[in-house]
Amino acid sequence: MNNLSSPKNKAFIFTGLGSALAIAIFVSPFASSNPDGLDRVAQDHHFEHKAQTHPLSQKLSAQAIFDEYALKGVPQPIATPLAGLIGTLVVFGLSWGLGKVLVKKSNSPPES
Amino acid sequence: MISFTFSLNPYFALHIPDGFLNFPVSLITAVFSLLLIAVSLKRVEAEYQERAVPLMGVCAAFVFAAQMINFPIPGGTSGHLLGGTLAGILLGPWAGSLVMTVVFIVQTILFRDGGLTALGANIFNMGLIGTFGGYYLYKALRYSFGFSRWRGMAMGTAIAAWTSVVMAAVFCAVQLAISGTVPLQVALVAMLSWHFLIGIGEALITLAAVNYIWRTRPDLIYDAPRSLLNP
Repeated sequence: MNNLSSPKNKAFIFTGLGSALAIAIFVSPFASSNPDGLDRVAQDHHFEHKAQTHPLSQKLSAQAIFDEYALKGVPQPIATPLAGLIGTLVVFGLSWGLGKVLVKKSNSPPES
Repeated sequence: MISFTFSLNPYFALHIPDGFLNFPVSLITAVFSLLLIAVSLKRVEAEYQERAVPLMGVCAAFVFAAQMINFPIPGGTSGHLLGGTLAGILLGPWAGSLVMTVVFIVQTILFRDGGLTALGANIFNMGLIGTFGGYYLYKALRYSFGFSRWRGMAMGTAIAAWTSVVMAAVFCAVQLAISGTVPLQVALVAMLSWHFLIGIGEALITLAAVNYIWRTRPDLIYDAPRSLLNP
């Protein structure tokens, strides 16, 4: 993917990001609400009460904006899809940016 | 992992919340994860080419989105993709580990999915076990079953993905036991019995994603099949 503007690479990025966004926006409301692996074990073996929010987690988290995977201040049906949309774009941007910063500094010769 | 029916439970999935791990376990897992992340940063800086950068973004987006989707498993439980093995197969262990780390940090800070004190353990269990353990197992299997053939790719991908979930459950159980949260035998039996099944979901989703890339852009796979690159 040396040449970002090549149609083949553009197509891959659009398809990849597009399908991730589609999953996060349109499929997330249909996710199973059964307790998952560790939840279930914690419930069955009675240690779920030990879960607590550490004060530092409280301070550092974006709980003013999100209530877990739901955007606050919007109608309930779109709260989770919007949280998915934002989260997907944030990790996409951060990972791309991190890669760009690291690889840019590299002095290795171009791919042979 | 999806919150709306669970808003009373501050934790999801294999994501460990605050309060389940004691201080020594939190510290040791954090230090270990940090070391592997530091090595990964160095290796990406030294070895990766620009072509990997967009794939890092796309891979992070897919893993994050897929982790939101809990699939039901028989017995009234659910699971979701971890994605470490997928990231390792597509990006190699080094960039794959960085992508998984970004996903878990964003989940913890933005969405309170997983506790801050358990972040090191979560990155290790759900990320690094897949990006390192899963990746090297996949590679060994791929060599044994045919490196440049779909059969080798598929065997390696599916078995490594399943194994990474089972190993994540084992490590999680051991960490909970050492922390005194639940006895080891109880934790192991309970975690393994669910994650044997959840691992099948991991294998199927990873296989589908890898199959799509194998058919459309095999050149993007970290260990690209030589025969496909130079037809």
